[in-house]
Amino acid sequence: MIGVLAVGLAAGIVAGLLGVGGGVLFVPGLAIFLGLNQHHAEATSLLAIVPVAILGTYRQDRYGNVRRADALLLGVLSLAGAAGGVALANALSGVILRYAFAGLMVVVAVQLAHRSLASKHVAHLGVEDTVAEHQEVDQRHEHGCPQIDELRGNAEH
Amino acid sequence: MQVAAEHWRYRRCKLATIGTLAGLFSGLFGVGGGSVIVPLLVLWLGYDERAATATSLAAIVFIAGFAAAVQGLYGNVHLLDAVLIAVPALVGVLIGTWLQQRLQTRLIALLFSALLMASAVELVLK
Repeated sequence: MIGVLAVGLAAGIVAGLLGVGGGVLFVPGLAIFLGLNQHHAEATSLLAIVPVAILGTYRQDRYGNVRRADALLLGVLSLAGAAGGVALANALSGVILRYAFAGLMVVVAVQLAHRSLASKHVAHLGVEDTVAEHQEVDQRHEHGCPQIDELRGNAEH
Repeated sequence: MQVAAEHWRYRRCKLATIGTLAGLFSGLFGVGGGSVIVPLLVLWLGYDERAATATSLAAIVFIAGFAAAVQGLYGNVHLLDAVLIAVPALVGVLIGTWLQQRLQTRLIALLFSALLMASAVELVLK
């Protein structure tokens, strides 16, 4: 009981901090501390992720970090894949799924270590920088390519 | 303008590819799919890390919600257990996002990486 609460707290912190780690800790947490089998742990993890992701999104959106149009498009375009993934998981045996999940954890671990060691990718921008960059990107999208527009303007004169 | 239109078409294709991969991944492993979405947004669409993690979280709401509903049809979802692990996680997210604006996350990423390795071994030996 205390174990699962601790895992939940830890999963939430890394989810908020690194953007990964909700499910990757929920699944083993549910399996180890509540004794769910691999299929049930994965299914229950998916449900638990929803409120966590909603809250994380709300907080990040207030910092101006969420690119809403892209997020919506990503979400909608992922539904077929998600249904396929669930069907595939249920077609596999629990043992195979558990070993595959362990493999996934190793991959995520290596990825994270790589990301944090490659200094360029973790050179964190300040919040203000990120917001300014957003506006710049938004403007670029609204007006097409500023360089071309500028050239056109010059040609007209 | 043609350049801009083409740019958008490529973007949509990339987002569709990332979404499909993330959905498959999420459904198969019971995770959000952030470990697929974040690096691809950074590599393909030039996102910085912070915007990538935030946008990934927003997309995960849809992905995990839908995948959970499908798992529900299989009768695999334990509602009470989900609440039990989600409530402390909600507190954790508040702490995590607050910290993210203030911390160099490198050390934490490395520690978490080590924790994942250990959990993977535990899972295989179980």
